[in-house]
Amino acid sequence: MNFRIVAYFMGWILEVEAVSMITPMIIAIAKGESDVWPWFLLLIVVLAPLGFFLTRKRFRKGNFYVREGYAATGLGWVLLSMTGALPFFLSGRMPSYIDAVFETASGFTTTGSSVLADIEALGKGLLFWRSFTHWLGGMGVLVLILAILPMSGGYHMQLMKAESPGPSVSKLVPRVMDTAKTLYLIYIALTVTMILLYWISGMPLYDAACIGFGTAGTGGFGVRNSGMADYSRVSQILITIFMYLFGVNFNFYYLLSRRKFKDALKMEEIRVYVSIILINIVVVTLVNWHYNYRAEGFVYSLHHSAFTIGSLMSTTGFSTVDFDKWPELTRLMMVLLMFTGACAGSTGGGLKVSRLMLLFKEARKEMHMLIHPQSVRPIKQEGKVVEHSVLRSASNYLMIYVLIFVCAFLLVSIDGYDFTTNFTAVTATLNNIGPGLSMVGATQNYSIYSPLSKLVLTFCMLAGRLELLPMLMLFYPKTWTKHY
Amino acid sequence: MNIIIIGCGKIGLALAEQLNNEGHKITLVDKNESILQNAATKLDVMGLSGNGAILSVLQEAGIEDCDVLIAVTGSDEVNMLCCLLAKKARDLHTIARIRNPEYEDEIRYLQEQIGISMVINPERMVAHEILTLLRFPSATEVETFGKGMVDMIHIRLSGNSPLCGIRLRDLSRTIPAPVLISVIERDNEVIIPSGNTELLENDEISFIARPSDAVRFCKLCKLEYNASRSAFIVGGGRIAYYISRYNKNSRSKCQLKLIETNQERATTFAETFDDVTVIHADGSNKQILIEEGIEHADAFVAITGFDEQNVMMSLMVDKLSDARIITKVNRLDPEDVENVVPMSSIVSPKTVTADEVVRYVRALESSKDSEFESLYKLAGGRAEAMEFTVNNDPSIVNIPFSTLSLKPNVLVAAIIRGSNIISPGGADCMKPGDSVVIITTLRGVNDLHDIMM
Repeated sequence: MNFRIVAYFMGWILEVEAVSMITPMIIAIAKGESDVWPWFLLLIVVLAPLGFFLTRKRFRKGNFYVREGYAATGLGWVLLSMTGALPFFLSGRMPSYIDAVFETASGFTTTGSSVLADIEALGKGLLFWRSFTHWLGGMGVLVLILAILPMSGGYHMQLMKAESPGPSVSKLVPRVMDTAKTLYLIYIALTVTMILLYWISGMPLYDAACIGFGTAGTGGFGVRNSGMADYSRVSQILITIFMYLFGVNFNFYYLLSRRKFKDALKMEEIRVYVSIILINIVVVTLVNWHYNYRAEGFVYSLHHSAFTIGSLMSTTGFSTVDFDKWPELTRLMMVLLMFTGACAGSTGGGLKVSRLMLLFKEARKEMHMLIHPQSVRPIKQEGKVVEHSVLRSASNYLMIYVLIFVCAFLLVSIDGYDFTTNFTAVTATLNNIGPGLSMVGATQNYSIYSPLSKLVLTFCMLAGRLELLPMLMLFYPKTWTKHY
Repeated sequence: MNIIIIGCGKIGLALAEQLNNEGHKITLVDKNESILQNAATKLDVMGLSGNGAILSVLQEAGIEDCDVLIAVTGSDEVNMLCCLLAKKARDLHTIARIRNPEYEDEIRYLQEQIGISMVINPERMVAHEILTLLRFPSATEVETFGKGMVDMIHIRLSGNSPLCGIRLRDLSRTIPAPVLISVIERDNEVIIPSGNTELLENDEISFIARPSDAVRFCKLCKLEYNASRSAFIVGGGRIAYYISRYNKNSRSKCQLKLIETNQERATTFAETFDDVTVIHADGSNKQILIEEGIEHADAFVAITGFDEQNVMMSLMVDKLSDARIITKVNRLDPEDVENVVPMSSIVSPKTVTADEVVRYVRALESSKDSEFESLYKLAGGRAEAMEFTVNNDPSIVNIPFSTLSLKPNVLVAAIIRGSNIISPGGADCMKPGDSVVIITTLRGVNDLHDIMM
């Protein structure tokens, strides 16, 4: 392990964090939150030089390999969460440091689970910071660094692979730096358009920006205690649309921007994604209308069902209604959607549509092989034969996923809450959704859990955002040995 | 620039690496996915699996905004087809590797008909390099500028050389031959020397001189300067073919002895070249080499298809004879082998080719004020020697060097004006039509403006 390189990237992460704290500090100053902004200022003054110190020397070329990439990613995100939590803790508005770390990790991993009952009490500055972590974490801090920092050699593609969601990460353009830039350009363009539209639709600018960050990163932190219920019908529809859009593979937008409409529409993953959405909307709307929303009418049911499906499938976690009160069938469907997650290469979490497609295709092949044992049947995705290594890692991913899920479930159950609560708490954090059901439902929060459970759930969030392996690597002793 | 490279073999990879380091955007196309995977983890390039001679694959690789297409698959015909297709799809520069000697005579016609901008033939280039080295036995490398008017010669100083301990400003008093020492490699460091620099034992120096002055200089420095009169060649492949062919027409002809293990090849070779002694035997057999008189040979050239065999044979011959040794390596980096076979010159088809293509690409990028003529990498790529033709640009032309502010680590080594060679001093200036040789450790120099402050 080359610690100097890892330290180098830690330095960059601290600098990015210090720079991102400037806006929340200005907002805190403007709102006169005198117990908050001095701490932001202190952190900026401490973190920026520290980051500068760590990045003062460029590392030598050629000694940056896969494991350094993974270790830098895993450690980087732990560092992000731990330092990002300091403003909440130091200002005294969140007295427990573990709570603050939970909240920040929830922000950076775009989960959106909160331990706060009264979020408005945080104040505008901290709320902005909380929402901004969604935006930063959505596309990834290391991807941002790759977009800014000119580096040679191909090994830092590992950083991108470790941080970007999806079974196989591909470049859009030949150079990593250009790919990272392109991704951020698309991301920024979409975010700005969205915030403007929210603003036009009647949200206050501050709310529009914060909710915008939450939607873009598919996070789910709100700025009001009432969640999304306060906003107008038009705003809610806009939020719904953008939640679906941010669950889409960014390759799609890249193809659109290159005017390759045919190729974009041919993307298999997008087609499956859209099909899942449509089927769910139809079924859930009808069931909810029939059982729950007879009085409010069909349109009401359609509106809120579509919003909730978008929110859960893109793993955002906003809510306009408490879906915990829905009929058992649709409630379960919502939990299953949490597992599906968004497309690979989007800002969303979950298992990812393309990975599930691969697993289904593999299962089908298994059946086919029973009937025709000698047959040769390659698995294809997006019109291309899928390499065996990709298939293997998809199956293994599911296995590791289940393993982490079970362990976390067991540990969380120590606290003694009911099955639904614990199950959905782990589901919602590991898939980066936000709210679960029952006691961690949309109108509740995670403050009921003990510090141990909060740490376990924090780990789940980080593991879910980084696609498991970078976090697991941190616990693998051989990662840290000096020699291979 | 956007560059598509079709074929991800040794040469394709070497090209991708060099061009990528120069900041170009590379897309690699190959049929073998695992090779691409490997390349994409090592280099910052994009891989695309498929047949590069298919239009849809080229389109997916981004032919519509590609500037240069380089076809280096294993087959000459596929390379030509790739270039033909690409040229029809878009007006771009195409580079193809065509190495079958059968095409050699019609290469101009082919190039014109298919619209290939540049043909690369690594084996032929290596053969040229080997012949130059044979002509200059003391040098580990010889490069030529100004269409052969100036040589740049690379030698290693041994302990008893009269050059050791001399400051460069006193050089002309000790050794009265007009040469310019332009680069010194010392303990893995590259020095662009000034008048105060002292030459030390084990330095590797490159100097620039006219060919006749170079010979005089070597004579005075007690270095070997006669061209090799007899050479052993082991391995009768394409390189041996080109060496024999060009040797036949050369003025300072060298007596060649080819050792080839394959009966059929040996026979064909003997039929093609009357003046080459062909021996059907294993070149790594010590007994055979001694019987054939390796002890009295001037040079030994190991160019079989296997790096290991070449290196092992060179080590063996180093013990057997005083012959100067030239070793070809395909897969290994020449830098890595240099110290294994200490007294040998290393030639590498992939490095030679990559240098040639990089030169071409830089020439495309250089502005109109000066034209890029040639490029040589020195000291394993840490310094570069370049030749430019000066056009009529008022900001450069007719200004004495004492008033031009050059960047540090830049040396204007020579100006070739007509048939004169000028070692520039402060009062000299560049004139339109001059060829200028620049030596620098700076990166990305594409035209003469890049060396000005």
